[in-house]
Amino acid sequence: MADIHQLATMLKELDDQLVGCMRCGMCQAVCPLFAQTGKESDVTRGKLALLDGLASEMLKDPEGVNEKLNRCLLCGTCQANCPSGVKILDIFIKARAIMTGYFGLSPVKKAIFRGMLVNPKLFNHLLSFGSKFQGLFTKKADDMLGSSCARFQAPVIGDRHFKGLASKPLHKIVPELDTPAGKSGKKVAIFVGCVIDKIYPNVGEATLKVLEHHGVGVFMPAGQACCGIPTISSGDTSSFDKLVEENLALFEKGEFDYLITSCATCTSTIKELWPSMYQGSSANRMKLRDLAARTMDISEFLVDVLGVEPAKVGGNKTVTYHDPCHLKNSLGVTAQPRTIIKASSGCEYKEMAEAGTCCGSGGSFNIAHYDLSKKIGDRKAENIVNSGASVVATSCPACMMQITDMLSQKKAGVNVKHVMELYAEGLR
Amino acid sequence: MTKDAIIKDFEAIVGSDNVMTSETDRHTYSYDAAVLDSVMPALVVRPTNSEELGKTVKLCNDNGLPLTVRGAGTNLSGGTIPHPGGVVVLTNGLNRILEINEQDMYAVVEPGVVTAKFAAEVASKGLFYPPDPGSQTVSTLGGNVAENAGGLRGLKYGVTKDYVMGVDFWDVDGNLIKSGSRTVKCVTGYNLAGLMVASEGTLGVFDKLILKLVPPVLAAKSMMAVFPSMKAASETVAAIIANKIVPATLEIMDNFTIRTVENFRKAGLPTDAAAMLLIEVDGHPAQVEDEAAKVEEICKQNSASEIKIANDAAERDAVWQARRDALPALANLKPTCVLEDATVPRSQIPAMIAALDEISNKYNLTIGTFGHAGDGNLHPTILTDKRDTKEWQRVEEAIEMIFDRALALGGTLSGEHGIGLAKSKFIESETSPGTLAYSRRMKSVLDPKGILNPHKIIG
Repeated sequence: MADIHQLATMLKELDDQLVGCMRCGMCQAVCPLFAQTGKESDVTRGKLALLDGLASEMLKDPEGVNEKLNRCLLCGTCQANCPSGVKILDIFIKARAIMTGYFGLSPVKKAIFRGMLVNPKLFNHLLSFGSKFQGLFTKKADDMLGSSCARFQAPVIGDRHFKGLASKPLHKIVPELDTPAGKSGKKVAIFVGCVIDKIYPNVGEATLKVLEHHGVGVFMPAGQACCGIPTISSGDTSSFDKLVEENLALFEKGEFDYLITSCATCTSTIKELWPSMYQGSSANRMKLRDLAARTMDISEFLVDVLGVEPAKVGGNKTVTYHDPCHLKNSLGVTAQPRTIIKASSGCEYKEMAEAGTCCGSGGSFNIAHYDLSKKIGDRKAENIVNSGASVVATSCPACMMQITDMLSQKKAGVNVKHVMELYAEGLR
Repeated sequence: MTKDAIIKDFEAIVGSDNVMTSETDRHTYSYDAAVLDSVMPALVVRPTNSEELGKTVKLCNDNGLPLTVRGAGTNLSGGTIPHPGGVVVLTNGLNRILEINEQDMYAVVEPGVVTAKFAAEVASKGLFYPPDPGSQTVSTLGGNVAENAGGLRGLKYGVTKDYVMGVDFWDVDGNLIKSGSRTVKCVTGYNLAGLMVASEGTLGVFDKLILKLVPPVLAAKSMMAVFPSMKAASETVAAIIANKIVPATLEIMDNFTIRTVENFRKAGLPTDAAAMLLIEVDGHPAQVEDEAAKVEEICKQNSASEIKIANDAAERDAVWQARRDALPALANLKPTCVLEDATVPRSQIPAMIAALDEISNKYNLTIGTFGHAGDGNLHPTILTDKRDTKEWQRVEEAIEMIFDRALALGGTLSGEHGIGLAKSKFIESETSPGTLAYSRRMKSVLDPKGILNPHKIIG
């Protein structure tokens, strides 16, 4: 471990960005974590002040600062609403990388990221093994939602209601694809994403069905790796770089107009973090910039490129929509998923209160701070229930998991679907 | 008593979760929104009910611990920067709206209620709470009263003090003092509620506030008028008032601010205009139509080259978005943004604007000027980088000169941001040695140990 002066020197790299914070405190109005705790260290202004304090060596407790820095959902709501335009996510992710460089990666994360995640074959094999035996330790919680809970007291699972691993992941159902452009004249590459592949393969299948319906050619290479968000948000830049390189090598082999994902988190990672956080060769960085420019969310592609418009028929089920942070705050995509829901057969759209507020998932935040994650998620669940909808749709499988947990625990009787599932259900 | 023993006593009052002692937690309460140095408190205490608040105040006093009350920490004059080694008492755990009385049109609230949430709750019951400080989405009502916060509607509707009917507060010995009343008229005894407004936490700690509510606005009309000079725009302000029209809002923006806002968010603003007025008249629909027409005519008579009247809610929002963007747009230009609070009688606005030009040139500083022209409250905004020590020295001199000129024009040190730490050294220049001595005598009687937000306002 380097000394604290060295850490301060490293953090000074962020000085030009930190100084942009006027300390106006407006982030308090929008931070879902601050809404629960009311603590200044839980809101962006406080975290930026802590980083500044450590960089200027006013503070002598880097462990304390690191702990506060990690108490963040990285939802980006503060950044989207910051009057001074401070690039908060950029600062936080760089700061986490610096902190991880200083403290080292925890043994558990090291084993997961460097032992499994960067090796997609091993990762797939281990989870395939896990899917066979998960029934021994879990029992069904809600049939409609397909959620389970722990059969015995389990420290990591706690009282969560979760979606188990799919019996057959997408990469086994559709190992790879390379089809030509049809009536649309367009061809897309599909980045599947770990959660869709292993937990929600039905979302992947629905996405493929939708693309086929619209005559879109698909390039979906085998052996796709994780987009890297768990690694980079934990400050593990070397694993992140490896994952980016593995994916880049796969997608370089195909010809396509756009790179499409049905996962909001993967989309924003590819568009924003691959070009900005990758530390490898400049040749790769150029390729990543090009790839990022062609990357978009599936609903955005359907509406903005293919021109899908809402159907004029009424519906028999009421659907509301939850905006994933990575789509709304990072990419500004909010209208297109709603348009697709309105274009889905049998769906009557109903906006919920605070649709754009984080569901509380926050990736590893959910694991490290489940109590807070649950409080934030409970508020989301209440808004969903109060909307009167029978289905809540979203565009991010991680949000689907969190919302499923909250609704299942409440026995709310509201189903959780990906926007693509709803749309695909109505296609013949 | 040892520090550990004192911490245990605070924990006994508010619970251990509500006493923060770590370096990191304390550091996050060492600043507010003022461009001033941080000061570390010894601990942070978060009461969640009236009784806990009273006991916390008493414990601070019994142990001679300087106490700074903090709502959302949004104030711009350093009023919530703690005393070294003192205690920060948070009010965001006291955030209940206790009563909204529709018949008698008042509300009773705890001090930690967020202003915009309160205004929305009141509006949902068909009433109106006009004070609208720029920080209203996060600032608290207690903080608004303590700082006497203003806002865009100050011209017609006044500022926070005009809505304070009563304040219940804890004195330094932990006695609950009740001042004011739920009645429209109340002249019983000293006006202690009035004394507490703008006292910045130096005389007592708010427990509850009784706030006046008014009927909602029936109709409003917004417009944007473009002028060839700041002088013409500011003379128009005086002419509108001289014609016995009091708009709800009457804001001014200079050319630099207009251009910066347009670069920030393309909205089709007239970037070649020397100045712009953003005006809203409200009231009975017939009165609104009449006043809007008269304002338009006055603008034309005062060389307005263009007048845009908003015809619907979207156009109205576009007018006010330009004003809302002023500070963020300016703040994006340089790392440090010093939002000042130069306030003069309305008739002196042209002179104050000329003075700001002169100061900007003299100190070679970029200053964008916008603000509440209708009530004489300008916000010259100095764009700088605090890390540039030479430039920062010039900024400090420029700020002092802004105060000097405002006072020379019959103005005041602060229209709505308060005195706090930032301006306490200048207060004697506005008042008088006698006034300051009287204020200090009052403070010493009410707070003999000087524990309530020491060194704020009167130094």
